[in-house]
Amino acid sequence: MTFKHAKLLLLAALLLSLLISLFAGRINSYVLFVLYAIGINIILAVSLNLINGYTGQFSLGHAGFMAVGGYTAAVITNQFGDLNAFAAGALFFGALLAGGLLAAVTGLLVGLPTLRLRGDYLAIVTLGFGEIIRVIFQNMNAVGAARGLSVMHGYTNFFWTFGTAAVTVYVVTALVHSTYGRGFIAVRDDEVAAEAMGINTTKYKVTAFVVGAFFAGMAGGLYAHSIQFLTPSGFNFMQSIAIVVMVILGGMGNTPGVIIAAILLTLLPEGLRWLAGIPSLPGIAKAYPFAWVGNTRMIIYSLLLIGLMLTRPQGLFTWKRRPILPA
Amino acid sequence: MTEFLQQLINGLAFGSILALIALGYTMVYGILRFINFAHGDVFMLGAFAGFYLAPKIARVLPTPSIGSGLAVLFAAMLICAAIGVVIERFAYRPLRGRPKLTVLITAIGVSLFLEYTGQFVFGAAPKSFPRLIPDYPIAHVGGLSVTSDQIIVLSVTGLLLVALRFIVLKTKIGMAMRALSFNPEAAALMGVNTDIVISFTFALGSALAAAAGILFAINYPAIDPLMGILPGLKAFVAAVLGGIGNLPGAVLGGLIIGVTEAFVSGYISSTYRDAIAFGVLILILLVKPSGLLGKKEVEKV
Repeated sequence: MTFKHAKLLLLAALLLSLLISLFAGRINSYVLFVLYAIGINIILAVSLNLINGYTGQFSLGHAGFMAVGGYTAAVITNQFGDLNAFAAGALFFGALLAGGLLAAVTGLLVGLPTLRLRGDYLAIVTLGFGEIIRVIFQNMNAVGAARGLSVMHGYTNFFWTFGTAAVTVYVVTALVHSTYGRGFIAVRDDEVAAEAMGINTTKYKVTAFVVGAFFAGMAGGLYAHSIQFLTPSGFNFMQSIAIVVMVILGGMGNTPGVIIAAILLTLLPEGLRWLAGIPSLPGIAKAYPFAWVGNTRMIIYSLLLIGLMLTRPQGLFTWKRRPILPA
Repeated sequence: MTEFLQQLINGLAFGSILALIALGYTMVYGILRFINFAHGDVFMLGAFAGFYLAPKIARVLPTPSIGSGLAVLFAAMLICAAIGVVIERFAYRPLRGRPKLTVLITAIGVSLFLEYTGQFVFGAAPKSFPRLIPDYPIAHVGGLSVTSDQIIVLSVTGLLLVALRFIVLKTKIGMAMRALSFNPEAAALMGVNTDIVISFTFALGSALAAAAGILFAINYPAIDPLMGILPGLKAFVAAVLGGIGNLPGAVLGGLIIGVTEAFVSGYISSTYRDAIAFGVLILILLVKPSGLLGKKEVEKV
């Protein structure tokens, strides 16, 4: 990915998403919902890719940060009644930022003690933190505990979703392409050597964690105002795994690949659901011969993971191993 | 006081189940240095093996009785030992020597595969486990109630631990296991057949997990395909708490986690129960990452 016109591309993406959101009224609401899911998953996968892919810190707790951002943004917007379009936009933006910031603070609190650990230990501890965050929400009566929280306003629209996605992609790409950002890749490639070269590895790891958590929090806010109902169990371990699968499928440290994977893996279950609704061909089977397909999403994920690790550990969309920066 | 004793007994019963699972984690980690994420699901498969075997065995042996209980236990252990060997052969062996992360992701994949294939094959709804062994209330002193199920859990765990100790310390294959965990290259040079020892380790660990699955199903009579996730994670925490790679440590860790959880759910709130293990994990990794009985390892370049 060339990085020369990144700012122009970002601006173009923002304008385009604004333009499309003006015509969103003409799009089928189911299609819109799926499009929002794609945008949200792009944000989640690209931000996790900063942690797992570029910095090489295997985190299994991304859904926890998403939960923090989602609940925060939802609690803020729920305080207000109906507002005019401009005020609603400003409120939503503020709520998303607040969610992202609180998630970032959580990321800092989680990251500081745990990022001294390596590899598989880190994976388990981040998983543990993700679960702890979920258990806390499950016991918090102010946000409905296990019963869930209704989100009154469906503020999520095309502009906010894909605007945030574009900013996420821009920030992550700009960060790893900057002079400072070489440190992330150094930490991933050889932590001991990086430390010997004077890189403060803990600082880089925590930075990646905080930035990743911030965008996961924003994605949580967008998710909350798209689906309009939050339950703690929606942010469980499986949700974290789903994001991890996107990163691995796309190729760790390969942002365009991760974006493609996020799109494909969002469409896959929708496609399976669509298959499940196909009426049977006459004389072949009873109704809904593909109904079982809908339940197999996780089996497909698991086989994808095992098959990829055995044959293409670099991901589906990484064709050659090239350096992040041109020499 | 009664309340205290009651929670202690409940905790020890659950803790010894965790200990059996934790032994599998710790043995595999000791030899291959990786977390076999799918181990908790082998525990689930053990319970389901028992569920499907029990009616078959009931045709031959009078059920519920001690004989039929033991028959189901051993059959499930054998089945899971085979499953463990197959998982190692087809998922982990091709990846030996690859980066740790690759193996970890594969293990997560295997775990998800077992869980969701289980949901597909067995059905997602919880199933009630048949009674294998007659249940007697052993003691009713004041408000204290101890059931024979709990005694069975404790005694079967004790017997399995003695058997494991014998295998690891007194047999030739046990010596090979210890050699491999001490230094894999040197062990291979001394003529230890690495592949066979690793397969045996997986078989042993999976058999213990299956036993834990049956004991769990006897005590908490509903089983479902996702039942292995939380006990699996808690058992992993137990292994880390005791010092991963250390067998007595795994048992100690399991008992500590089990008892702590029982006290927290008894005295504070049962909804926080599932967060306890992770809290303990984070604490232990910050204070003493090598665990209670583990020895410190220095990372060399």
